[in-house]
Amino acid sequence: MTDYKNLKLIATSSPHIRGSETTQGIMKDVIIAMLPALAYACFNFGLRALTLTLVSVAGCVFFEWLYRKIMKKPQSFQDLSAVVTGMLLAFVSPVQIPYWMILIGDAFAIILVKQLFGGIGKNFVNPALAGRAVLLASYAGSMTTWVDPAQNKAALFGSNVDIVTAATPLSYMKGTDPAALAESFGTLTGTYGVKEMFLGQIGGSLGEVSALMLIIGGVYLIWRKVINWQTPVAYIGTVAVLTFLFPKAGSSLDWMLYSIFGGGLMLGAFFMATDYATSPVTKKGQLIFGVGCGLFTVLIRYFGSYNEGVCYSIMVMNLFVPFIDKYTKPVRFGVVKSDKKEGAAK
Amino acid sequence: MNIGKQLKEGLLTQNPVLVQMLGLCSTMAITTSIMNGLGMGVSVLIILTAANVVISAIRKIVPDKIRIAMFIVVIAGFVTCVDLLLQAFFESIAASLGVFIPLIVVNCIILGRAESFSYKNGIGASFFDGIFQGLGYTAVLLAMCFIRELLGAGTLAGFRIIPEQFPIGILTLPVGGFLVLGCLIAAMQWALSKSKEGK
Repeated sequence: MTDYKNLKLIATSSPHIRGSETTQGIMKDVIIAMLPALAYACFNFGLRALTLTLVSVAGCVFFEWLYRKIMKKPQSFQDLSAVVTGMLLAFVSPVQIPYWMILIGDAFAIILVKQLFGGIGKNFVNPALAGRAVLLASYAGSMTTWVDPAQNKAALFGSNVDIVTAATPLSYMKGTDPAALAESFGTLTGTYGVKEMFLGQIGGSLGEVSALMLIIGGVYLIWRKVINWQTPVAYIGTVAVLTFLFPKAGSSLDWMLYSIFGGGLMLGAFFMATDYATSPVTKKGQLIFGVGCGLFTVLIRYFGSYNEGVCYSIMVMNLFVPFIDKYTKPVRFGVVKSDKKEGAAK
Repeated sequence: MNIGKQLKEGLLTQNPVLVQMLGLCSTMAITTSIMNGLGMGVSVLIILTAANVVISAIRKIVPDKIRIAMFIVVIAGFVTCVDLLLQAFFESIAASLGVFIPLIVVNCIILGRAESFSYKNGIGASFFDGIFQGLGYTAVLLAMCFIRELLGAGTLAGFRIIPEQFPIGILTLPVGGFLVLGCLIAAMQWALSKSKEGK
C-alpha cells in the first residue's frame, strides 16, 4: 500500500526539460573558433599578438570581477563571456598598441557598456566594438598605425620602438579622385596578390588579417550551431554584391575580392555581428541585420572619412535590433490571415 | 520656511541637473575645464538668485497670462549684467564660454524655478531656493569638469597632471559629455534609491 502521508510531491514551475547548452559552453566554442586566427596572428606579427590578447583577456576578466565585487553581485566571469570580449577587443586593435591602452578599452567595454546595463545579455551594443570605438576616438594615432607583418616578426616582442609600419589594403582603396585611386589600387594589387589577401599576409588589426582562418572559425561555429549562417552570409554577400556592382577602380572581380578580404569584414561578420545580445532573434531578422551591416560598411568605406566601416556599421545596426525584432515577430501557431486582419482593425 | 530641506533638495533630492534633468545643454557643452564650469556655475547661481527674488517680489502684480514674458524680461536683464561684468573683469572666461552666457536667458533651470517656485513663494524662500538650486547646478558642473578635464585632457585648471600620451581624449568630445553625465545620473539615482531603502 502506498504511504500517502510520506509521499513527496515536488512541484516546480516550468521549464522541466532543459537543453545541455550553457552560456559557458557556447563561449567555449567561440573561443575555440577564434584560436586559428590567433595562431595565425602570432605567426604573422610575432609573439606580441599573443601577449596583447592575454593582457586584454586578463583585463576584461578582472574588470568584470571588480565590478561585481564592488556592487556585491554574484560573480559571473565563469561564463567566459568576458574572455571572448577580451579576445575580440585585442583582435580589432593594431598589434603594437601599448598594454595600458588596451586595458582602458577593456574597462570601457566591460564596465560601461556591459555591466552598467546589467551584465551579460543586456548590453545594447557589442562591448568589444564599443571599446574599440573609444580607443579609436581617444588615440587615433596609435589605433591607425599598422605593422608591416613581413618585416617585424622577430623584433616586435617587447618593444614598440623599431617597428616598420605599413598601410592596410583598405587605405589603398580610399579616395575620391578616380585616377589617383586607380593608381593606388594598382599598387595594392601589385604588392599583395589575392592569395596573400586571403591567407592574411597583410597589414591590419591583430586578428582580422587572415580571411581563411576566420572562415574556418566561422564554419566551426555554424557547424556547432552556435551561430546561424544568415547573418554572416547576408553581411558578406551584401558587401560582395555592392562592391562588385560599383567598383571604384580596377576590375569588378578584383575590387570585390580585395574589399571582402581586406579589413575586418570576416571578423565582424562571423564573430561580432552574431553576438546574441545585440543581434535579432529570428532568422529573417538576422538576414535584414546582415544586409544592413553590409550596406553601412560599403557606405562608410565609399563616402565616410574612415577607411574601415565594419566597426561602426555593426554598432549602428545593433541599435536597430529592437525594431527589427519587433517587425519580424513570427506569427503565433494557429493564427490565420483573417485573425490578423481583425487584430489590425481593432 | 525650511532652509535645511531646501538645501537638501537643491543639492540632492531635487538636484536641477541630475534629478530634474534641466539645463543639460549647457552642462554638456561647457564642462571641458574646471574654470569654465566654475564661471558658468557662479553666473547661473547669481542670475538665478537675483531673478528668483525679483520675480517673487513682483508676483502679485504680474497678470497670469503674461507671466512667462515677464520672467524672460527679468532674467534677460540680469543675464546682460553678468555678461558685461564677465567681459569686463574675466575676459578669458567670457571668451571660452562664448554664446553660452547669453543663452542663460533660456536656461530651463532659471525659467523652471521662476515658474514652479518663486512665482508661488515669498521673497526669503525664493532667495534661498535660488542659492541652493544654483549650488546644485554648480556642484554637478564641477564634478563633470573634474572628470572630463582630468581623464580627458590630463589637466586640472590648466595644470598638467597626467602625461600627454595617456588621457582618454573621447571624454572631452561631446560623446564623452553624454557618457559622464549618464554615469553621474545613474550614480545619483542609485544613491537616492539606496537612501530610500534605508528609511
